[in-house]
Amino acid sequence: MRKRLMMLAVFLGVGVISVMAAESPEIDSGATAWMLTSTALVLLMIPGLAMFYGGLVRSKNVLGTMMHSFAAMGVMSVLWVAVSYSMTFGENVLGGWIGWNPDYLFLQGIDQTIMEGGVPEYVFSMFQGKFAIITPALLAGAVAERIKFKSYLLFITLWGLLVYNPLCHWVWAPDGFLFNLGADGAIDFAGGTVVHISAGVSGLVAALYLGARRGYPQRQMRPNNLVITLIGAGLLWVGWFGFNAGSSVSSGLTTAQALTATQVAAAAGALMWMVVELTHQGKATALGFASGILAGLVAVTPAAGVVQPAGALILGAVASLVCYFAIMLKDKLGYDDSLDAFGVHGVGGIVGALLLVFFIRNEWMANASEAIGGIWTVWDQFVVQLAAVGIAIVYALVVTIVLLWLVQKTVGLKSTPEEEMQGLDPSYHGERGYGMLNPN
Amino acid sequence: MKLITAIIREPQLDQVRESLIASGITRITVSRVSGHGAQRKEEIYRGKRIVPNLIPKIRIDIAVNEAFVDPTIDAIVEAARSHDGMDGEIGDGKIFVTPLEQVVRIRTGERGGAAI
Repeated sequence: MRKRLMMLAVFLGVGVISVMAAESPEIDSGATAWMLTSTALVLLMIPGLAMFYGGLVRSKNVLGTMMHSFAAMGVMSVLWVAVSYSMTFGENVLGGWIGWNPDYLFLQGIDQTIMEGGVPEYVFSMFQGKFAIITPALLAGAVAERIKFKSYLLFITLWGLLVYNPLCHWVWAPDGFLFNLGADGAIDFAGGTVVHISAGVSGLVAALYLGARRGYPQRQMRPNNLVITLIGAGLLWVGWFGFNAGSSVSSGLTTAQALTATQVAAAAGALMWMVVELTHQGKATALGFASGILAGLVAVTPAAGVVQPAGALILGAVASLVCYFAIMLKDKLGYDDSLDAFGVHGVGGIVGALLLVFFIRNEWMANASEAIGGIWTVWDQFVVQLAAVGIAIVYALVVTIVLLWLVQKTVGLKSTPEEEMQGLDPSYHGERGYGMLNPN
Repeated sequence: MKLITAIIREPQLDQVRESLIASGITRITVSRVSGHGAQRKEEIYRGKRIVPNLIPKIRIDIAVNEAFVDPTIDAIVEAARSHDGMDGEIGDGKIFVTPLEQVVRIRTGERGGAAI
């Protein structure tokens, strides 16, 4: 997401395209090939997430929960092409609250555009669109097993337009105000604030607003199939290479740095969770290992472009530790964040976005100092990160409450007790997930 | 002592369980079974009417002393009968009550009514 790659085509009128086409940069087939691969890898994370979440709920809700992820693929993709790309990567309007560029509606203005990095803008747009899909799908983990399907669809539509799009614009658009905060912008390489903090915080708000599942926390709600949860966690890890390494929008040194940091942080996170659980509880659970993978990956997401392997190692391990205790704390406080969307994504995202400043590689700091023509210290950057995280939290929190209220007043939000007891699968989808025990 | 075996609709399990617990019956065994009885109710799946073949059901087994037979039956009937707002439909299930000769609690070796 570097500035230089995105300056192009913001002001391209349809009429100018043919003129520009002659001067537009050559296609860099290496970078384009990697970005195409990354785009596919990020999409792979969504069925991965569906499996991760699907295995964790009770068997009567497995399809309903997986459908939360799959439905996001439909809703958010259509929105992305229609208006969201314009709202995120268009020019500032309404005082910079969102972007807007009529040429981006239905992507009609980028048909011939090659960006400065030698990547067709279609690829960049589709790559970015995948992030818009996974964010509400992550959020859904907080409200799993008790939200009406229609209400969920309406909620993610509004949430995508009014929470995700503005945040994405602020952080990643060349004229977004967080992109230009401080010496060289708030650091959010691949979506710590935009994706994980926004999804985690909104998830927490939604979980509190909706109330707990029936019988929570007295009644045990055991995962129905940890095997698919582990497969899902594995797919997420694989897909995350596209998520992080693809966010360099190139195929070169930064890509390699991000890829390495991603692998290291995931491993450190998983290992840390396992060790803590082993010493604290006596047994190392498979779910714990999977949660550790996620905590590490989430924490390194904002940092992947700026930290070295040792820093990624510490980030992953610390985030895993903090998330572990955040989930303990959740159990004490008794709120029902069903699948720990906040506990892992919110908390891990905050830890990563703040602590990354202590591990930034020297070259980045030197560039930042040069940019302001003075000394840019770690603490200066820490303040910038703190501001970005704070703004993301407050914005996501406030708008999510308003949207939840709106959806509840119009179509209702929480499943009726009867629907919840029967399960989301029969109630909203008319299907059952598993047929293995039925001789039919 | 009696063994009460109830065959109920799959989605009604939670209702029946809560109803049993409310009547003080907490020791139950639940299994997934399939079968067919008189249920011919057509279901709509993806726009087509279909008559389910072997229908997935839930089976609940409860061993009770004589005094608990009627409360148990009442609790099950009350909770398994209504379904999607309808009251009493073919397919709601059946309850079988059979005499139970002996009950042994493995932990202590107790026998008879005290072991239930």
